[in-house]
Amino acid sequence: MGDRGSRRDFLKIAGASIGFGALYRAAPGLAAGSPLERLIARKNGEGVTPFSFVQLSDTHVGFEGPPNPLGTKAFERAVDVINGLPERPELVLFTGDLTHDSEKPGEHADRMRLFRQIAGQLRVPKLFMVPGEHDAALDGGTLYRDALGETSYSFDHRGVHFIALDNVSRGKPILGAEQLAWLRKDLARFPATAPIVVFTHRPLFDLKPEWEWFTDDGDEALKALASYQNVTVLYGHIHRENARAIGSSTHYAGRSLIFAFPDPESGQPKKPLPFDTARPFQNLGLRVVGEGGPRPAIDEVELGIQEYAGTVGSQQFRKEADPQ
Amino acid sequence: MKTFRALLASLSIAAAVAAAGSAARAAEPAPEPRVISIAAHRFAFEPAEIHLKKGETVRLDVTSGDVSHGFFQRALHIDADLAPGKTTPVLVTPGEAGAYTLICDHFCGSGHGGMKMTIVVE
Repeated sequence: MGDRGSRRDFLKIAGASIGFGALYRAAPGLAAGSPLERLIARKNGEGVTPFSFVQLSDTHVGFEGPPNPLGTKAFERAVDVINGLPERPELVLFTGDLTHDSEKPGEHADRMRLFRQIAGQLRVPKLFMVPGEHDAALDGGTLYRDALGETSYSFDHRGVHFIALDNVSRGKPILGAEQLAWLRKDLARFPATAPIVVFTHRPLFDLKPEWEWFTDDGDEALKALASYQNVTVLYGHIHRENARAIGSSTHYAGRSLIFAFPDPESGQPKKPLPFDTARPFQNLGLRVVGEGGPRPAIDEVELGIQEYAGTVGSQQFRKEADPQ
Repeated sequence: MKTFRALLASLSIAAAVAAAGSAARAAEPAPEPRVISIAAHRFAFEPAEIHLKKGETVRLDVTSGDVSHGFFQRALHIDADLAPGKTTPVLVTPGEAGAYTLICDHFCGSGHGGMKMTIVVE
């Protein structure tokens, strides 16, 4: 239970403040309602107040195969883990490939419904999501929009501006001129210090183009974001953790909840890592984002065998080294 | 003076002939590049490997036999859309030797992730 204890401490700290960059650094511990707090709130829109949120990715509901014969079990366990967090997150962001595609009539819609059913068990106030190519590339996002809503949008939460970008529904890995124009317009009302979280499916930069780990016009999005000082980009698609700083933005890939891909620098081919019956949820997990210093604290949580077995042990939460 | 005019005239004629020769050379069609036909279908390219020479311009005639596909290789500057049932010519002039993995980057179904081929540049 030692790790659980340290995790509780982390979340307690997370509850104290949420450190999205310069705004928090400039005025730590501001009293609510103080003149300076009100001044910053006016400049940035809403003032930043403490909260934490979770990233889940690549649940691939409907996937069946040797890389993971347990189907949605990891997703269900992740829901249980989140519901058991001592400090409840306020948002969950899903970064695509929520379902696995199917061309059988009705089957993909059934998978969308099953995704909604499992995600609906989350005891979290708000869920937001973007599609992956397995959700939306074959039909241009028609089914996804019917089942889960728009593929790109933005919203504000406690002074943080969240932007959902769709780089899958056009078939190829692109955002498209129309969405990029919308992004520039959406950003224009914010000052350079505004805390911004972008969430999308594919990496916006060339991580490994020959594995299709890129967005062809992602550099245009990065240009639009370049003048903002506190940008965090969360994405999925690559089924493994990754952290990359580009200018003033930091890009984090989330683990999958179905299977993991190897390290692209390892020389291995792009094939799912084999399923291990002794550690069925190895390399699968979720990300908790909360308080930090110069950047938000990123806490990787790997799902463990103890959780799958329903037992409680010291490895219930296995914290990974901070990727920064 | 007559001599000078004659010289000027001959120089003009020589220049005109030279210009005409140059124009004739410019109008000469460039040599046809070598053509390699490639078939694209879910979820493979055929052949799965081709060999090119460094610096040689080659035309890849890529035909999609079923749905929309992509034809993408960043380092070789290849980025084409393949419309169903059509042949798309793709010119490539490799600058560096090596083995390059080319992928379909237009999602085409559950086996899409394995739709790739190798271009070996010698």
